[in-house]
Amino acid sequence: MEIVQLLLFLILFPLIPAVFMLLVGKDTERNWIVKLSALGIGAVLVYLLVTGSNKGTLYYAIGSEPIGLVMFAIEMAIAVFILYMGLRYRNSLVVALIVLQTMIMIAFEAMYAGKVEVQYNLFIDQFSIIMALIIGIIGSLICVYALGYMKHFHEHHPSCLDRRNQFFCILFVFIAAMFGLVFSNNIVWVYFFWEITTLSSFLLIGYTKTDEAIANSFTALWMNLIGGVAFSVAILSLATLGGGMMGLDQLLASGKVIALIPAALIGFAGLTKAAQLPFSSWLVGAMVAPTPVSALLHSSTMVKAGVYIIVRLAPIFQGTFSGYALAFVGAITFLLASGIAISQTNAKRVLAYSTIANLGLVVACAGIGTYEAIWAAILLIIFHAISKSLLFMAVGTAEHHIFSRDIENMHGLINRMPRVAAMMVIGIAGMFLAPFGMLISKWVAIRAFIDAPLGFVFVIILAFGSAITVFFWAKWMGKIISVTPDSENIEGKVDRSEWMTLVSLAGLSIITTFIFPLISTFLVEPFLLRNYGATAQLGQYNIIIMIMMLILLVVLPLSVLLPHKKHKHVMPYMGGRQTTPDMRFSGSLGIRRQMELSNYYLENIFGEKKLKPLGTYLCAAIIVIMLAGAFATGAFL
Amino acid sequence: MISIVWAIVFILLAPVAGGLVAGIDRRITARMQGRYGPPILQPFYDVGKLFEKEHIVVNETQIFYVICYFIFMVFTGALFFSGADLLLTIFSLTLAQIFLVLGAYVTYSPYSHIGAERELIQIMAYEPMVILAAVGMFVVTKSFNVSDIASSTIPVVLFIPGIFLGFLYVLTIKLRKSPFDISTSHHAHQEIVKGITTEFSGPSLGLIEVAHWYETIFLLGFVYLFFGFNPVLAIIAITVVYLLEILIDNTNARVKWQLALKSSWAIAATFGVVNLGVLYLTGV
Repeated sequence: MEIVQLLLFLILFPLIPAVFMLLVGKDTERNWIVKLSALGIGAVLVYLLVTGSNKGTLYYAIGSEPIGLVMFAIEMAIAVFILYMGLRYRNSLVVALIVLQTMIMIAFEAMYAGKVEVQYNLFIDQFSIIMALIIGIIGSLICVYALGYMKHFHEHHPSCLDRRNQFFCILFVFIAAMFGLVFSNNIVWVYFFWEITTLSSFLLIGYTKTDEAIANSFTALWMNLIGGVAFSVAILSLATLGGGMMGLDQLLASGKVIALIPAALIGFAGLTKAAQLPFSSWLVGAMVAPTPVSALLHSSTMVKAGVYIIVRLAPIFQGTFSGYALAFVGAITFLLASGIAISQTNAKRVLAYSTIANLGLVVACAGIGTYEAIWAAILLIIFHAISKSLLFMAVGTAEHHIFSRDIENMHGLINRMPRVAAMMVIGIAGMFLAPFGMLISKWVAIRAFIDAPLGFVFVIILAFGSAITVFFWAKWMGKIISVTPDSENIEGKVDRSEWMTLVSLAGLSIITTFIFPLISTFLVEPFLLRNYGATAQLGQYNIIIMIMMLILLVVLPLSVLLPHKKHKHVMPYMGGRQTTPDMRFSGSLGIRRQMELSNYYLENIFGEKKLKPLGTYLCAAIIVIMLAGAFATGAFL
Repeated sequence: MISIVWAIVFILLAPVAGGLVAGIDRRITARMQGRYGPPILQPFYDVGKLFEKEHIVVNETQIFYVICYFIFMVFTGALFFSGADLLLTIFSLTLAQIFLVLGAYVTYSPYSHIGAERELIQIMAYEPMVILAAVGMFVVTKSFNVSDIASSTIPVVLFIPGIFLGFLYVLTIKLRKSPFDISTSHHAHQEIVKGITTEFSGPSLGLIEVAHWYETIFLLGFVYLFFGFNPVLAIIAITVVYLLEILIDNTNARVKWQLALKSSWAIAATFGVVNLGVLYLTGV
């Protein structure tokens, strides 16, 4: 099979289950279609990996017309829908933005579309393959997880109208759009898929139709529409100033000066989609949606689209003033969002801020744009996707059993829900401990920053940010594994589709750490060599050491199974106070109290109220400087 | 590049050296306080006795975490002395430390819980400075490998004096000395009993003690890297640094965690920025 057919298959195939999802009536039908589709996507991806990963960059000339017209028609339909929603919920900001954006695109279509010459509309290289694997494998697993989760969700939330047909339909459209986004070379096509992801996330976040969900979905919408406006201006500027140069390949080959203005605008759109400060609140608000949506938005779609496009354009940013400004937005977001994560007790909010922080690091790497930094950025994208989706779904499953997503209520989870807790521990370990992927990536990022001009500033930010990261992950982990006196196993039966997804992702996070040198050698390094003429590597010794650590970490827990003699057990020390076996003691005035422990959240130092305004103003100012810098450079040269 | 021999030497001799350092420490501390002090070998007697005691636990899993703490602490030091990558060594140290924290968390005991939280704050306080120290050494010697840094003929400390001072500041945290013995203390008792080690007794506590000896030798090895160009000077520097730590320990009252965190960060940020900035501007 030709690789181009695989690309078309991946973009179009998810639309088939999407249509079926609208039609199915029974759970079993839905289960079968989703699972088979997931298998189909997975099989094609494996085939693509085997056949396409050694071929370098391949371009495909797919006829622009009538596809271009169809896309334009769909864009207009989306615009009308968003306009309708904006009017219906009286959100004037959304109305203004969508009108502005649509006018720009109509102007482009009427005046310039005919003059635009794009030789190749589709393309594939190793970076696209990596993205496709993340989207396809993790995205499909999330769909499978959603089967069980959404069923329980509606059992737990009888007030919420069961619109699962639409829900699953949008999930598949979302995945199709993501495939389209990473395989498109034509920037107008990228924009088309970009807008579809905006729409999909808007619909998914508002799924429950509660007031909060609707409000948050509109926050997500207007923030992403700002990015969309910037993107459409970028297209218009490419059509006018760029002389109709509309292919990513042309843009990257054109030399920095011409490309800088559109790249800065698209980069800005990427910042909104990647929820960087000051646009972070839409992603935090998005957690009102059912867990599979959060998992999807945070790991394999949406935010990854934002960082994908920034990493793609990194060669243009490298060494420019705007590139450094972009990197600063990312670095500051990394530092402050990590700090805010300390102060959050809601597990999903911790995860959300951690996502924002890690994406910040990716943006920082991309803004620096050296080959080493891009290496770090791609590794971060891969490992973050796996661990974060695992964590979201483990929290989601736990939530359906303990009826809370508050970390303080997760004490003793290791006894109450041993298997889900184990998955959660693997996910958390994957986020911050050596030798797991995220830590390798941060390590690589440090090395990349040092070698870059002015990089020491970023190294210092990273050193602080990563220390902060240790704090909030470790205290959460401690909460889960603590053995509490009142613990009683309430795990019961975890839904099979949920369980399958959790185990697959936990396995993936360990396996990818083992085979990370292979991923680097066969996928990341060839990409870097071709685009940057140089590649980064970890020394052989370092890899051996990390594999040793990983083996230790996998083997040591097994030692619990070894026969060992029972030790004498005592109660925790309570300052000599008389305590019952379930840790109750006589408090003041003879009131019987239960001993309770809670974590530190350091609100006074890391509170959201303190850090978020700081980050919002700081990053907004830097973004203005970044765009101004790009325009100034473009105007002078 | 990687020397297995040095790693083995470390694994075998570090507890002996670390125990002796602890013994000398106690003796000097006693003299500073106007006491005679225990014999130099007292730490070995103490640990030996701990291993003879009955193993009393709150729950079985805490032993697992302590064993992991011990193994990874030894691993960290072995990595360091084998000449491996300094950043990787630091990350391995964090991993070891996290196991001790988790060991305290599993007991669900009030005192060790507060100890665990405070230990995490301490990790958060010292880690930026330690990473910046490694980065500073890289900028000067162009290598992250301990073997290259240690054998470099460049007088590292003269290029990164600010980072050296910053490192000394957080070394007090790492050595669990006053004013930063916040999560647990060598001294008999503190406001949170024994903090992070409250629920550990007998062989577990012995293992924690031996792990700390390993850690001490590793940290003193870290100090060596600043003076690697002149081994004699390095030994003198290590001695002076440790004596200084004892002096600080005995002349300072324990501070609150807020001050420990903020001051460590302020020092890491100022000294780190200034020192690395100067290196950058002068083109080193």
